[in-house]
Amino acid sequence: MTGPAMIEILAATPLSSVQDLGRSGVRRYGIGVSGAMDPMALSAANLLLGNERGAAGIEITASPLRLRFLADTAFSLCGADGAATLDGLPLPPFWAMAARAGQELSVRAPRAGMRAYLAVAGGIDVPVVMGSRSTDLKTGFGGHEGRGLAAGDRLPIGTPAAPPRIPEGGFGVAPPAGMPLSEADTTEVRVIRAAQYGRFPEAAHETFWSTAWTLRPDSNRMGFRLAGPALIPVERVELLSHGILPGVVQVPPAGEPMIQLNDANTCGGYPKMGVVIGADLWRLGQLRLGGGLRFAEATREEALAARAANEAYLAGVSRASRLARRV
Amino acid sequence: MRGQELIVSAMGEAALLCETERPLNDADQRRYWAMARAAEAWPGVLEAIPGVNNLLVVYDPAAASAAAVERALREAWTDAVYQASESRLIEVPVIYGGELGMDLHGLAAHAGLSPEEVVRIHSEAEYTVYAVGAVPGFPYMAGLDPRLAWARRDVPRLRLEAGSIIIGGVQAGIMPVTTPSGWHSLGWTPMPFFDAAASPPALLVPGDRVRFTVEELRL
Repeated sequence: MTGPAMIEILAATPLSSVQDLGRSGVRRYGIGVSGAMDPMALSAANLLLGNERGAAGIEITASPLRLRFLADTAFSLCGADGAATLDGLPLPPFWAMAARAGQELSVRAPRAGMRAYLAVAGGIDVPVVMGSRSTDLKTGFGGHEGRGLAAGDRLPIGTPAAPPRIPEGGFGVAPPAGMPLSEADTTEVRVIRAAQYGRFPEAAHETFWSTAWTLRPDSNRMGFRLAGPALIPVERVELLSHGILPGVVQVPPAGEPMIQLNDANTCGGYPKMGVVIGADLWRLGQLRLGGGLRFAEATREEALAARAANEAYLAGVSRASRLARRV
Repeated sequence: MRGQELIVSAMGEAALLCETERPLNDADQRRYWAMARAAEAWPGVLEAIPGVNNLLVVYDPAAASAAAVERALREAWTDAVYQASESRLIEVPVIYGGELGMDLHGLAAHAGLSPEEVVRIHSEAEYTVYAVGAVPGFPYMAGLDPRLAWARRDVPRLRLEAGSIIIGGVQAGIMPVTTPSGWHSLGWTPMPFFDAAASPPALLVPGDRVRFTVEELRL
C-alpha cells in the first residue's frame, strides 16, 4: 500500500481552509457551525464530481492558492472566478476536470466575488470532528490541523464511491442566479424581521431597508460589520445572553449593524433587527470587503420558497453532472 | 392559549427564540432546561439551546411548521419539569491572583474589600451553570455574591488564557479557550473545560453546580 491519495499545497494564505457544510447539533456546547461561507458553491462543486454535496473541499478566500495533485483524480472549482489554470490551461468557474498525478492547479484572487471552492473526487479526507470536517478557525480544531492552509501541507483525498468519469476537457454548469459578476455589483439579501425590530423607530426601519451598506474591512468569517447611518432604538435595549445563528443582524449601541456568520460566537446579547434568510447566506459569502449590501424584507413563506429555488438549482447541477459523466 | 407569558419570536425561517419579560430567576431557568430536553425529542427539531433565561430552538422547516413548534413550546413551558437529580457538583481548584488573576486587586478596590475577602466570598459561593455557549465550553453561571459584581471592561482584553476564572457584571464564568474577553480575571485553574476530541466536548452542562476551592493565593 502506498497510503491515501494526496494533494500537496504549494502556496496558500491562512484565509483558505478545509470546509464542508458545517458542524450541527453541538451549539449547546458553545461550538459554532463553521463550514463553507458559500454552501451553494461547495455543494455544486461536489455534485459536479458525483460526491455527496457535503463532502469537504477547500475554501479559497480572496487570495491565490497553488497545489499539486499527487495522484490521478478529478476536481472541480465553483464560486468566485479565480482564473484557474491546470498546468497553464485556463479553466472557467463552475467547471469539473480530470487531473493526473503531478499536475499543478493554480487559482488567483478573484476580481469579482470573494471565495472559490475546490472539490476533489472522494472529498478532502481529514478526520471528522464532532460530525464535520470543517476547520473551526476561531478555536483551532477540525479541518487540517485546526488551521488555515500553508505551503507544504498534504491533504488526503477520500476514495470516491464510483469513478467520476469526467469527459475529456471537462464540463461545467451555469452559476446560480445572482452570482456577482463584477466588482461593482451590489449584493441584495432577503431578511426576516427579528425580535427587537419593533424597538426601533420607523425612521430607523426606513434607513435599514433603503441604505446601500458597505462591508467594513474588519469583516471576516465571524461576522460582517457594515458602514452606514446609525440605527438607534427608541430606548436602550438590554438583553440577556441567548443563542444566535449565522445571518442574525444585530445592532450594537453605536448603531451600525453587524451580521453574525459561520464562525460567530454561539451566544450574544445585542438587539436583533432581522435575520438573513438561510437561502441567501451564500450571497454574503461572496460579498467583498468594501462591497455594497442591501436588505430586502422577506416573509417566512418567501424564505421557504427561496430554499426550494436553491434546491432546484442544485438538482439541476446534479442532473447536468450525471449526463456529462454518463452515470 | 397556554403558556401565554412566553414570548416566542422567529430567528429567521428555521428557529424560534423563547423568553419572558420577567426578571432573571432560577425557577424560569429550570423550565428552559426542561423545555430544551423535551424539545430535542420532537420531530423536526434539530437543536435546543438554553441561554440565560431563554431558549433557542432550531428546526427543519421542511419537517415541522413554525406554528406547531411554537404551540409545543408553549405547552412545554407550562408542563416540563426539570429533574434536580440531573445536576452534578463540580469542584474547581483555583490559583487566585498572580499573573493570570490580574484583576483580583482591581476587584478588591472596586468592592471595598481586601483581596483575601474577595477570594473567600468567591470560593464560598455555589454557582449554577445556566447555559453553555459563546465560545466552546463556556459556562454562564449564576450565584455570584452581589458584593463581587463588576461591570465588564469598556475595552475587551485581546487575550484571556484558557482556564481563567472570571466575572462579568453579576455573572461568573470559566474561560475554556484562549480568546478575547471583556470579563475580569480573578485566577486560573489547570482543569480542562473543553476538549474537541472528548464526548461530550464540554465538561459542564446547564444545570451543573460549581464550587471553587483555593489551591493557592498569590498576592
